[in-house]
Amino acid sequence: MREDLAAALPANAWNWIAVWRRNYLAWKKVAFASLLGTLADPLIYLFGLGTGLGLMVGQVEGASYIAFLAAGMVATGAMTASTFETIYAVFSRMRDLGTWEAILHTQLTLGDIVLGELAWAATKAFLAGTAITIVAATLGYAAWTSVPYVLPVVALTGFAFASLAMVVIALAPSYHYFIFYQTLVITPMLFLSGAVFPVGQLPGAFQRVAAFSPLANSIDLIRPVMLGHLADNVGLHIGALCMYAVLPFFLSAALFRRRLMR
Amino acid sequence: MSNVAIDLDQVTKSFGSKLVVKGLSFTVGTGECFGLLGPNGAGKSTIARMLLGMTRPDSGKITVLGVPVPARSRLARKGIGVVPQFDNLDLEFTVRENLVVFGRYFGMSTRKIQEVVPSLLEFARLESKADSRVGQLSGGMKRRLTLARALINDPQLLIMDEPTTGLDPHARHLIWERLRFLLASGKTIILTTHFMEEAERLCDRLCVLERGRKIAEGSPHALIDEHIGCNVIEIFGGNPQELTSLIKPYVQRIEVSGETLFCYAPDPEQVRGQLRGRAGLRILERPPSLEDVFLRLTGREMEK
Repeated sequence: MREDLAAALPANAWNWIAVWRRNYLAWKKVAFASLLGTLADPLIYLFGLGTGLGLMVGQVEGASYIAFLAAGMVATGAMTASTFETIYAVFSRMRDLGTWEAILHTQLTLGDIVLGELAWAATKAFLAGTAITIVAATLGYAAWTSVPYVLPVVALTGFAFASLAMVVIALAPSYHYFIFYQTLVITPMLFLSGAVFPVGQLPGAFQRVAAFSPLANSIDLIRPVMLGHLADNVGLHIGALCMYAVLPFFLSAALFRRRLMR
Repeated sequence: MSNVAIDLDQVTKSFGSKLVVKGLSFTVGTGECFGLLGPNGAGKSTIARMLLGMTRPDSGKITVLGVPVPARSRLARKGIGVVPQFDNLDLEFTVRENLVVFGRYFGMSTRKIQEVVPSLLEFARLESKADSRVGQLSGGMKRRLTLARALINDPQLLIMDEPTTGLDPHARHLIWERLRFLLASGKTIILTTHFMEEAERLCDRLCVLERGRKIAEGSPHALIDEHIGCNVIEIFGGNPQELTSLIKPYVQRIEVSGETLFCYAPDPEQVRGQLRGRAGLRILERPPSLEDVFLRLTGREMEK
């Protein structure tokens, strides 16, 4: 039992870096296309919804609609970047490409691999969130002083969603199952977490459920600061995001052990 | 430094109700080339995985490089190089990048890796391909790169799962030549194969497996002597039943496989005499091979 645990956990605090560097090297070769992909989507939403809907909506919570939306898109950008990295790229490295198998033949453990993949997905989320934040600040939708505060939250958001997606891919037999996660979890979360409209617009029961979503916790940290206020309950939100990052990590590592090391 | 590289003691493994490895014991000495020989599904790959700590045995004891596995398999893996059954190189990386990335998994610094890469490229005869993408390499080159990659941590023990399956004869002979070079330099190799020629050429000793059980163990020559011990005559083109009764008194044993008769004949001339004058027969006399041993032990006819 003890050695089972050892196989599923990181062997030390630095083994994961080798996995991260492998992914970074692969990414460098396609960096331009990849960046375009991660950035285009949230920016299109930001300007499409922000300018279009913004005309009809006017002010939201004392800010222009596009400024309100910008914070939502930063968090959403991080969420989608790390979710998609995990459910498609990590899944193919785990199941189809033999990348994980090759690494498991070295002195790395399954835990080292999962941690490296998480860190990489969080890095991609960080890139996406950073770019949107900079665009928003440049256009005057966010305070520049909020940037150093927002970026760590973006990275933590990326970690949390990568961790959650890791559980999904540890269980999924094939790519077809990811559509359930996307349509039943990710997309509803976008609308329940205050990314595109204030949570206050939802019926009371939904509001209470929404408060637990990692995206809502992330947005509650990012939005007030981007709009020039102080965030409430900072410790609580960061604690919640950390839980979403850490607990699914251990669960997924245990599930991968069962799946790959029978 | 112990002179035992691998020790399996009464190892059993089943997946669900399917028994894959049954009470298997063997020992591989340091510097030895040991073969696990068996048809598909005999449990060879499962044994390879157990040696790496990637599959836990239900019972029995495994020791690899002096370390109990799977309990301390991470320590054992530091001294092991693996050539898996299917290439799992990074196709989008160059040959050199594949080696660098893999070296990092062993905690090697980039500088240290760059130091050993030239000799590995030379070993794998890939010097001119160092900066080619792996996706552009031939099957034989990929296999050689996989072998070079397995050597990046300067392992004492190499575990190879069907190292030449799917390769053309040229590529296969080059791999065999490279493996002999490694054996000469003192590495221990355990390989699984279903190529008798490969086992006969490379292995000091081998273990024949069938459905997870050991059915024979020894050096290729000893196995051939013990189980066959005389020349083999293959007769094709007649009525198997009729021919069998005709030559039965003159041979040690006859096996029928489809239309072909395999006769183990200590005195082949007597058999030839019996067959003289019969038209339409093709007769081939040859020394016995490991393949005869294997088929003798596991049965000539395909199981229904």
